Amino acid sequence: MPDGTICAVATPPGRGGIGVVRLSGPDTAALTEAVVGPLPAPRRASMRRFAGDDGSAIDAGLVLWFPGPQSFTGEDVAELHGHGGPVVMDRLLQRLLGLGARLATPGEFSHRAYLNGRIDLTRAEAIADLIEAGSESAARAAVRSLQGEFAATIDALVQRLTDLRVHLEAGIDFADEPLEGLALEDVTRQVEGVAAEVATTRQAAGRGQQLQEGLSVVIAGRPNAGKSSLLNALAGRDAAIVTALAGTTRDVLESYLHIDGLPLRVLDTAGLREGGDVVEQEGVRRAHKAMAAADRILRVVDDSDPGDEALPPAEWPDHVPVTTVYNKIDRSGRAAGESVSGLAVSALTGDGMDALRGHLRACLGADDTEAVFIARRRHLQALDAAAGQIDEALAAARAGAGEELIAESLAAAQASLGEITGAVSTEDLLGRIFSTFCIGK
Amino acid sequence: MQFDQGYDVIVVGGGHAGTEAAHAAARMGARTLLLTQSLESIGQMSCNPAIGGIGKGHLVREIDAMGGVMGRAADRAGIQFRTLNQRKGPAVQATRAQADRSLYRQAVRSILDEVPALSLFQDTVHDLIVERDQVCGVVTGMGLELRAAAVVLTVGTFLGGTIHIGDHNRRGGRAGDGPSIALAERLRAMPLRVGRLKTGTPPRIDAASIDYGSLDAQPGDDQPVYFSRWSRGDEHPRQVPCHITHTNADSHAIIRAALHRSPMYSGEIDGVGPRYCPSIEDKVVRFADRDGHQIFLEPEGLDTREVYPNGISTSLPFDVQIAMVRSIRGLEQAHITRPGYAIEYDYLDPRDLHPSLESLQLPGLLLAGQINGTTGYEEAGAQGLLAGINAAARAGGLSPWVPQRHEAYIGVLVDDLTTRGTREPYRMFTSRAEYRLHLREDNADLRLMPVARAYGLISDAAWTAFATYRDAIEAERRRLEKTWLRPADLGDDHGTQRLGQPLRREQSLMNLLKRPEMDYATLLSLPGAGPGPDDPAVCRQVLIGARYDGYLKRQSDQVARQARHEDEPLPADLDYHAVAGLSAEVCEKLHHHRPATLGQAGRIPGVTPAAVALLLVHLRRGRTRQSA
Repeated sequence: MPDGTICAVATPPGRGGIGVVRLSGPDTAALTEAVVGPLPAPRRASMRRFAGDDGSAIDAGLVLWFPGPQSFTGEDVAELHGHGGPVVMDRLLQRLLGLGARLATPGEFSHRAYLNGRIDLTRAEAIADLIEAGSESAARAAVRSLQGEFAATIDALVQRLTDLRVHLEAGIDFADEPLEGLALEDVTRQVEGVAAEVATTRQAAGRGQQLQEGLSVVIAGRPNAGKSSLLNALAGRDAAIVTALAGTTRDVLESYLHIDGLPLRVLDTAGLREGGDVVEQEGVRRAHKAMAAADRILRVVDDSDPGDEALPPAEWPDHVPVTTVYNKIDRSGRAAGESVSGLAVSALTGDGMDALRGHLRACLGADDTEAVFIARRRHLQALDAAAGQIDEALAAARAGAGEELIAESLAAAQASLGEITGAVSTEDLLGRIFSTFCIGK
Repeated sequence: MQFDQGYDVIVVGGGHAGTEAAHAAARMGARTLLLTQSLESIGQMSCNPAIGGIGKGHLVREIDAMGGVMGRAADRAGIQFRTLNQRKGPAVQATRAQADRSLYRQAVRSILDEVPALSLFQDTVHDLIVERDQVCGVVTGMGLELRAAAVVLTVGTFLGGTIHIGDHNRRGGRAGDGPSIALAERLRAMPLRVGRLKTGTPPRIDAASIDYGSLDAQPGDDQPVYFSRWSRGDEHPRQVPCHITHTNADSHAIIRAALHRSPMYSGEIDGVGPRYCPSIEDKVVRFADRDGHQIFLEPEGLDTREVYPNGISTSLPFDVQIAMVRSIRGLEQAHITRPGYAIEYDYLDPRDLHPSLESLQLPGLLLAGQINGTTGYEEAGAQGLLAGINAAARAGGLSPWVPQRHEAYIGVLVDDLTTRGTREPYRMFTSRAEYRLHLREDNADLRLMPVARAYGLISDAAWTAFATYRDAIEAERRRLEKTWLRPADLGDDHGTQRLGQPLRREQSLMNLLKRPEMDYATLLSLPGAGPGPDDPAVCRQVLIGARYDGYLKRQSDQVARQARHEDEPLPADLDYHAVAGLSAEVCEKLHHHRPATLGQAGRIPGVTPAAVALLLVHLRRGRTRQSA
């Protein structure tokens, strides 16, 4: 629904040097001015510094200002052309969201343009397709963004919030029943607990664990299969220390690299093997954790060592696709390139490395990068909103305001978290109340 | 044969939905006939003898603001009044009254008798007259053909009812009346979706056989309030207390030993009962670790010895009921005057209704009350009021009243029913209302009287009084916003003391009122702040508005956002498969629910915002094509 001022990255991600953030809606002028200073003349490009909320520069680039109705959407529109990397684009978006814009839903710019009569009838079908395609890929992306620990933390948070609401709402709607309800002090204490949990989750999410540059590819395999050499060959520099000793890489090493403009975060893990010292075991544990959160795993097999078998299947996370890479073909003599079973390369000579890059480019397409990155941003936004609402509930509880006000803020917080996990409906809540308490005098 | 000159509106059923419907329609000036199986049972409280409660009291106030019957009747019949949730804020405070059954019936009857355009007639209804796919009258048991522009059906549990007491069952409606089997069969033959629900009542007990000396009394409030803004303040009859007792381990053992003889556990009953009003056998099974359940002994009236033991609704065999009741403290010698029973009945899927409560398939037919899957007098009365207004509106060529979720609990009720349907008897809870802070008992008149006035339900005199009240609130609000208190005005420590904390800078009185610790009297005692309005109700409104201010503003922003396309109508014959981009699942849901507006579509579980956007594009496109 057309509503408020929206923003989004308008250019495909990770390609070329320029990225465009577009804004549309009634507050466009004010929001743009807050970032770039006075607006340039309409439809004239002007070089500006993009300021963060603390005044520091996020980037510098061109600003274009299209007052409505002579604009793409028919509303006031502005474009900020910056340097195209996802991190810069994300910081710009984050800045605009902080100022009160909201992320455009898939196809929303076109949708607004249509409703304002800026695009003609024949394009309506196309918009419908766009919205549908966009929401599908967003849904896929949301699922990917929700893998791992983040999802577990959010689930726990929603559980706790629901429990609290069950007690509060039961106390309100069934005041006449002898329920083992919560005293106001208990409510306050529980809201405090939830507030602390949200704060922790936000911190963890904000640290960058959830919002990385690009998709993550984990390089895994038995010790000395050549994982670090493969990373170096992909990255084109000595990102990991490579030695001939098994167990050199004891932690998870991260490298950022671009393949045809596709940003990737490649994680080189400790060799997966039993035993080893405490530090090495810890490395193995982290390797498993990184694999569970990966978008793709490159399983490296030493092709020159016939004994290098696959890890037991149970060790591999089910939901992450795996590509097998046969390394050291300079020694085994296998032909370089892609086959049914996997890819054959020599990290040492560079043979087959182009095929591997092509493979990664093909299976980790740009659309998904965009979607995952936006989905994560949306989740953080929802988490922020929930945190604000829970703080409000806490303030109400401490001030001794009515329970209906605490309940109001908690319901709003749950609705915000519902954008991540799916909504908890009134029916669900009532169901929980009736199964928790013996209602019905 | 033809009977009389014909009517604008015929209401079938004289329960709480029927009486509100007939009263509202006739008050709007429609020539109205109320048809009932028994004139004596008009306004009969067939279940527990109480009106109101949390969420329900809210509905009563709304019915009252619309000029309805229930609040006034409850004021004349209420023998114990309590304001619930007094320790919580005004939005969730609610009025509940025990009512004398016979006084209540009398009050309803006399309120109906005041309306000149309303006639009563005693007969059953066997059939609907349907011409050119429109309902235009009814055929009675005597064979009378009665015609009207609109028919309101409020036949409650009489529709295909089956009563169960243990393994003994028979067809019947409530309280011994016969079921409307002919009409039920006729409705089943029509293209309407029919489902089955069940509910139950406890056995009634003779007060003379209860040992009250061993029980705790629960008195009403010291200052019993009134439901109705039309009551003068001298209507309440004598006030009496309720009493409280509990089931115990012995009672539970008796119940467990007889479970195989309960029709619910033997599979005899297939209707779905309400989760919030379980039978005692349900409670004992589901909450097995509890060693007692509370029972309120509610007097059925001042002049009757019958007592309603609220909390032990049951369909166990009669001999088990006697043993179970006599195992309870205070009831050791109890004499049961009527056995408890479970009743199964038909209901019509409310998703087959417009939000005006008119049938989608049969224009001219409106349905209200238990027949739509609800439970409770208040829920029935609220629907009856709405159906009555809209029946008269249809007869008079006015547009129907469709209350919205942010305007009234009545709006929440009809939107829930017509959008989502129900699988258990639907009861109102405040947690169903997302705009709960705005939908209060105390402002029902401010929310709804302008609507009532527009439909001709409010007299000139009553409207003038209301307008004075409303203007006084507005004037006081403006005064508090414009009156500023400077730190210097406080002068001595005395003013600061009253304020609770020092005043750092100039503040409007309204801002001071927003402080949680500030009350109206203290505010008015500050220098230059008084005197305030004479009417305490005016002060209360201003105070509540100040306390809830931030929350209410946020809610009204939300309403404005959602309202943008809320009323965009969706054609009844819309082919959802033709809407580009809708997933098969969403398509199926929309086909099944047939939402009336885009707003309704968005509230159907599983219909995503993206799907709503697609629908909007589809609608706009269709319109442009038509005009091209």
